[in-house]
Amino acid sequence: MNALRSILLRRETGIAVMIVLFVIAVGIAKPRFLSLEYLRIILLLTPLIMIGAMGQMLVLVARHVDLSIGSTQAFAAMVTAMMFKFHPEIPWYLGFLVSIGVGLGLGFVNGALTTLFRLPSIIVTLGTLNLYRGLTFIISDARQVDRQYIPSALKAMSTTSPILGIPWIIFMALGVALLTYWFASHTRVGRQVFALGSNPAAAPLRGIRVNAITLMVFSISGALAGLSGIMYASRWGFVNPSNTGAGFEFQVIAAVVIGGVSINGGVGSVLGVVLGVLLLGCVSAALPLLGIPGTAQSAIYGAVIIVALLIDRSVRQRGIAALAAQRARA
Amino acid sequence: MAEAAADTPLIAARGISKSFAQIEVLRDVDLDLRRGEIHALLGENGAGKSTFAKILAGVHRPTRGTLKLNGEPVEIPNPIVAQRLGITLIHQEPISFPDLSVAENLVLGRTRGSPLGRVPWAQMTREARELMDLLGVRMDVTKPMRGLSIADQQMVEIARALASDSRLIIMDEPTAPLTPKEVDTLFAIARRLRDEGRTIVFISHRLEEVRALCDRVTVFRDGNKIATEEIGKLTDADIIRLMIGRPLREYMHKSRAEIGEVALKVENLTLPGTFRDVSFEVKKGEIVGLGGLVGAGRTDVARAIFGVAPATSGTVSINGRPVDIREPSQAIALGLAYVSEDRAVSGIFRTLSVEENITAAIPRKIAPGGIIRGALEKALASESVRKLRIRLASLRQPIGELSGGNQQKAILARWLLTDPSVLILDEPTRGIDIGVKAEFYEMIGELAAGGRAILLISSELPELLALCDRVLVMSEGRLTANIARADATQEAIMSAAVPRSTQAVAA
Repeated sequence: MNALRSILLRRETGIAVMIVLFVIAVGIAKPRFLSLEYLRIILLLTPLIMIGAMGQMLVLVARHVDLSIGSTQAFAAMVTAMMFKFHPEIPWYLGFLVSIGVGLGLGFVNGALTTLFRLPSIIVTLGTLNLYRGLTFIISDARQVDRQYIPSALKAMSTTSPILGIPWIIFMALGVALLTYWFASHTRVGRQVFALGSNPAAAPLRGIRVNAITLMVFSISGALAGLSGIMYASRWGFVNPSNTGAGFEFQVIAAVVIGGVSINGGVGSVLGVVLGVLLLGCVSAALPLLGIPGTAQSAIYGAVIIVALLIDRSVRQRGIAALAAQRARA
Repeated sequence: MAEAAADTPLIAARGISKSFAQIEVLRDVDLDLRRGEIHALLGENGAGKSTFAKILAGVHRPTRGTLKLNGEPVEIPNPIVAQRLGITLIHQEPISFPDLSVAENLVLGRTRGSPLGRVPWAQMTREARELMDLLGVRMDVTKPMRGLSIADQQMVEIARALASDSRLIIMDEPTAPLTPKEVDTLFAIARRLRDEGRTIVFISHRLEEVRALCDRVTVFRDGNKIATEEIGKLTDADIIRLMIGRPLREYMHKSRAEIGEVALKVENLTLPGTFRDVSFEVKKGEIVGLGGLVGAGRTDVARAIFGVAPATSGTVSINGRPVDIREPSQAIALGLAYVSEDRAVSGIFRTLSVEENITAAIPRKIAPGGIIRGALEKALASESVRKLRIRLASLRQPIGELSGGNQQKAILARWLLTDPSVLILDEPTRGIDIGVKAEFYEMIGELAAGGRAILLISSELPELLALCDRVLVMSEGRLTANIARADATQEAIMSAAVPRSTQAVAA
């Protein structure tokens, strides 16, 4: 009874219920939504956001925010695509190292600016959001890298599947989620990220190296944004200096916050974030199917996010009240 | 390390001194803490006892002096080192990570090894359960800290001290937020820890608790250690004398003012859990002091009168008329002014200019119809600056750039512009230097002479004695004394302020 109750009170349960209700509602209107084809569409919408969300989760848990990930994705993707364009002899899989490495570097810069100058990360990454985007234009001379330059083996990652018709990049995203879970819940340094976000003033008193942790979470966020960069090239087959990664940060932050990560730090789970990403994927896939015109989709997408947060908040407040009552009785 | 001889003190402090920004708050303190004793640190607010405790725990570093642990000289540069040496400080409001589980809070900072090392969840939970069992406390250690009572949070902190096998556990006013039953539990645990050979340092204001729990007591006063003695050899009166026995500093006495009708009358004011049955009156031209220890409920009474956190029962009358003040704007309209204790939190608008801060309480006067008249604002502000001798570079300067004393004057100026008939000053001179203080006293005297009724809340006894026509004293939410100027002495105020087993309630 108590176990059931604590499951029901969990944030993840709320999101899962919202997903199920949403899928059923859309499925009644358009039965096609319940087909395997649509499952594939939904899943293909998610891997980039999933990977970005894992990094963003760690940053938010540490009570920071990384707004620059869309531009980081673009810059890393552009560097990698141009490498393929001008040095086609380089093996395609080395692109992963390059893209991740470039992202790591940009993330490190965010972390360094935040810790060295004690600046709020929202301002630092708002600056680098523009800076990294601008650098992408400069190195690419504002020109797109077209399909023919992207190695076909890389593009195949998004179209071929090892099993069940599910493409490779989805497995990669799940792999990143599993690694993040292990890191966040089962390593000492992972728990220190939560402790830091939960009470930054007390963290140094317990021997937590605040600057090192901050640098680390921004570096991880950058590296994962870099990984999402080469996956963008794989998924879409091109890299465009203005379209690649545009608005990525907002999709990611929305997914993470819907997934129950507190913007006040200290709280968040990988499972919640994965569900948050899936909910957003369902919404994005359903809108065109329901015949909602492209012009209205962005507004509805935004409204859904706000509604999801409102539902969650009221459910959780009731849960907290129940918990308090239970403690008062004990 | 070889165990030192049995009579070597656990801690031997010699010549410990500490200054903050040129102000010496601790002066040449020598103190030995024995193994297996509960040692009380007593003193008025600001006497230096907490500073000394924080030096032992590595929160502050002494400016001068040496510490020996079991006869070996040690340096304690930070709390981590203190922890490793077996010294734990338990703060009054425990420092914890509210989103992490109780078990995680217990081990955090203690585990060593690779940062990517695995967190042993199962073992951690088991150990946490064992520790809590050892303390006889029942709680679910997998639940987050958020939502635990302060008492339970303290238990977690004590468990943390045990987990790292601390030899010295310092409790800084641990009982203040606890219920009597929780206090009993805490004391039982403290005694058990002592009997295991650990040393406990206990900081408290409550003499009855000190008497019930402690073996020896050290009294601090004005940053000096005054005495260390077996508790049985001192009476309560001895302790109070040791705590306040400084020579009375001479301040300028209040200029005589004509005392008129009752301006503020408070009857049976009660806010459950905070203060009870508080009744007093302040007449026009009178300065009434409100003394007592921090936490006695003085500020709460002021806040209740002003409508910040209204009382649940009792009456307040202004100039003979009963009033029901539910929020500060009503209080201001009725001619009340409240200069709050913590100017940084509730008094000043840090980033706004001095001018805007001074005129903040009179929006109607400077902005008839909602449009601010710049010239009027400036005229009023500069007149206040001249009258109160506020030292500043420009009226347009952000108030945060002024010194503490001048900020305080600007806040006082703000309330004077509302032309209050009743002025409540809550620790008006805290943290300002002696020169400005004297000016303040003069100013307060002038305000009373001008026919205002003044309620002065202060923890500084000499201030109360020098300025007030009468001194009220509160202790644990009740008014315990009403002392006329002629009878007011430091001893009289202190003995009414310190909660004791035999509560002597004067009328």
